[in-house]
Amino acid sequence: MTSTTANSTSTNSTATAHAMTARTEPRARFGDLLAAEWIKFWSLRSIPWVLGLSTLAVVAANLRSAQYTHDHSTPGDGDPVMMAQVALNAAFGLPSADILMLVGGTIGAIVIAGEYATGLIRTTLAAVPDRRAVLVAKACVLTAVMLGFGVLSVGVSFGATQAILSDVGIGQSLTDPAAFRYVAAAVLFGPVCALVGLGLGTLIRHSAGAVVGTVVVLFFVPSLVTERYRWTADLLHALPLPAWQRLARTTLAGQRPSEYPPTVAGSWITFAAWSLASVVIAAVVIRRRDH
Amino acid sequence: MTALSTPVRCGATRFPGTVEPVIEVTELTKLYGRGNARRTAVDRLTFTVRPGHVTGFLGPNGAGKSTTLRLVLGLNDPTTGTVTVDGHTFRGRPRGLRHVGALLDAGDVHGGRTGRAHLRALARSNAVPAARVEEVLAEVGLTEAAGRRIGGYSLGMKQRLGIAGALLGDPPVLLFDEPLNGLDPEGVLWVRGLFRRLAAEGRTVFVSSHMMAEMEHTADRLVVIGRGRLIADESLTEFAARAGRAAVTVRAAEPDRLAAVLAAAGATVRPGPDGALAVTGLDATRIGELALEQRLLLHALTDRGASLEEAFMELTADSVEYLAGEPR
Repeated sequence: MTSTTANSTSTNSTATAHAMTARTEPRARFGDLLAAEWIKFWSLRSIPWVLGLSTLAVVAANLRSAQYTHDHSTPGDGDPVMMAQVALNAAFGLPSADILMLVGGTIGAIVIAGEYATGLIRTTLAAVPDRRAVLVAKACVLTAVMLGFGVLSVGVSFGATQAILSDVGIGQSLTDPAAFRYVAAAVLFGPVCALVGLGLGTLIRHSAGAVVGTVVVLFFVPSLVTERYRWTADLLHALPLPAWQRLARTTLAGQRPSEYPPTVAGSWITFAAWSLASVVIAAVVIRRRDH
Repeated sequence: MTALSTPVRCGATRFPGTVEPVIEVTELTKLYGRGNARRTAVDRLTFTVRPGHVTGFLGPNGAGKSTTLRLVLGLNDPTTGTVTVDGHTFRGRPRGLRHVGALLDAGDVHGGRTGRAHLRALARSNAVPAARVEEVLAEVGLTEAAGRRIGGYSLGMKQRLGIAGALLGDPPVLLFDEPLNGLDPEGVLWVRGLFRRLAAEGRTVFVSSHMMAEMEHTADRLVVIGRGRLIADESLTEFAARAGRAAVTVRAAEPDRLAAVLAAAGATVRPGPDGALAVTGLDATRIGELALEQRLLLHALTDRGASLEEAFMELTADSVEYLAGEPR
C-alpha cells in the first residue's frame, strides 16, 4: 500500500517537474517591459484625471489669451514678424508652459518615487532583475505619454487659437518654419520635464520630496540665475525653462537686450542633454543601489 | 519492492536538463552603513536549500532573514560571499518570475492599483500570458476582490496577492518572507497546504518566520539564524531531537522520594520553586508507571511536550536583537 502511494506521488511530481521545464522560457523582450509599464502607468486612477484636466486647462488658458489678443488688435497693424510672435504667444503662452512643466515633472517623479515609497520597486525588480531595462522602459512610456499629451494639448491650442486670430489676419500656419519650431518646442518641453522628474524621483525616492525637488529645479532655479555674467548666462540658458523660452522666441526684437543671448541650437541641446542625463544618472543609480 | 529499495523522496526529483533548483548561500556577508555605524546584517552565512521540501528560515527579529532573502533575489549586493539559484546569480537573469517566485513583503504593492492590474503588469513584464493572472487569482481566492484597489485590502488579502504574484511564473524556486502574518486561521491552513503541495511537486520552497510555532506544522527542514550567523541547518526531526530534553512537570506527595526513583531511572530532575519537579529524559507515561510501581502518589503530571519553541528560544537566546519585540 505504502509503496503504491509513494510510487504514484513520485510519478506525479516527476510529471509536474517535466511540465515545468518542458515549457521553454520565452526570450526576454523589451517590448514586454514597455507593455508592463504602460499597464502600470494607466492603472493609477489619478493619472488620466491629471492629464485630462491639465489638457483642458492648457487649452482654456490659450483660448482666453487668443481672445484677448483678438479683441485688442486691429488688422494690418504693426510689423508682421512681431505680430507672428504675438499670435504664437497666444497659441501656447508661459502659463501653459508652466502647467506642462509641473504636470510632466510631477508625473515623471511620481512614476518612480511612487514605486520606492510603496516598496513596489522590490516586487518589480525581483520580477525583472535587469534594472536598467526597467528604468529605460519607464522612460520610454513616460516620453510617449507626454509626447501624446503635448501633441493633443498644444495641437488643439494652436489650431483653435490661430483660427480665432485669422479673424484679425495674424493667424499662423504650421507650414511656417517659425511656427513649427514654436509648436515643436512646446510639444517636446513636456517629455523633457517628465524625464527630469524621473531622474530626480530615482535619486530622491520619496514621492513628496521628489515632486518638490523637481519643482525647485525646473521652476525656481531659473529665477535665481542672472544673465549678467558670461558663466551665469551660460548656466541659465542650460536650464529647461529658459531653453523653452528661447525656442518660443521667433524674433529677439522687442526683447530686453542681453550681452550673452541664448542660441536656438544651444536650447535644443539643452533639451536633449537634460533628458539624456536624467535617464543615464537614474540608470546608474538604480543599478548600484541596494533595494 | 522497487519503491522500497530506492527511497522515494520528492526532493530527489531532478529537473531534466537543468541544474537542481537549489539555493546555495556561500560565506555570505552583508554590512550596512559606514564607519562607526557599520552593522553586520549577515555574517559568513553558508547553507543550501534543496527542492522537494518546505524549508523554514527561522530567526528572531533582526536576525538577517529579510536581508538574506533580498540578497538571494539580487535586490541587495553581498559585501562578500555568493548566493546562487540553480547555479546562477539571480541578478544576471534578464527576467525572474519563471526562475524564482518571491513574496518579500505583502506591502510591496501600489495601493492605487487593483489587484488584477498589479498582477497583469507583473505577468506582462515576464511574458506570462494574461490568462495565468486569472488562474493564480482563483488559486489564492482573490478572483472577486481582483477588481478592487489594493489599498482597500486587508493584510491577509495582500499576503494572498503576494503569493499569487510569486506563483505567476510557475517557478521551481519560491521564497516567502513571513507569509503567515495577517492570515486568518483558514488562510494559515490553506498556505500550509499550498507550500506542502509546491514542495511535493519538486519545487524548492523557502519560508521565513520568527515564530517556531508557525514552522512546526509547515516545514520539513529548518535553517535557523541569529545575529546574521547560522545556528542550525537540519531537518525538523533533528531539530526536535534537541528539544527532547523538554520537561514533564510532576507534583507528588513525596517529591524527594519520587525524584530519587526518577533519577535512578535515568532522568534529570530539577525541583521547581513551588515543590513541583521538572523532569527531563523520561516521558509522562513512563513517569506515571514508575510512580505506580513504587506506590507514590502523584497530584499532577503535566507533559509540556517536546517544545520546538523552547529549543528555538534556547538556541537563539544569545542572538535576540530586540528584547522588547520590536515590530518588523
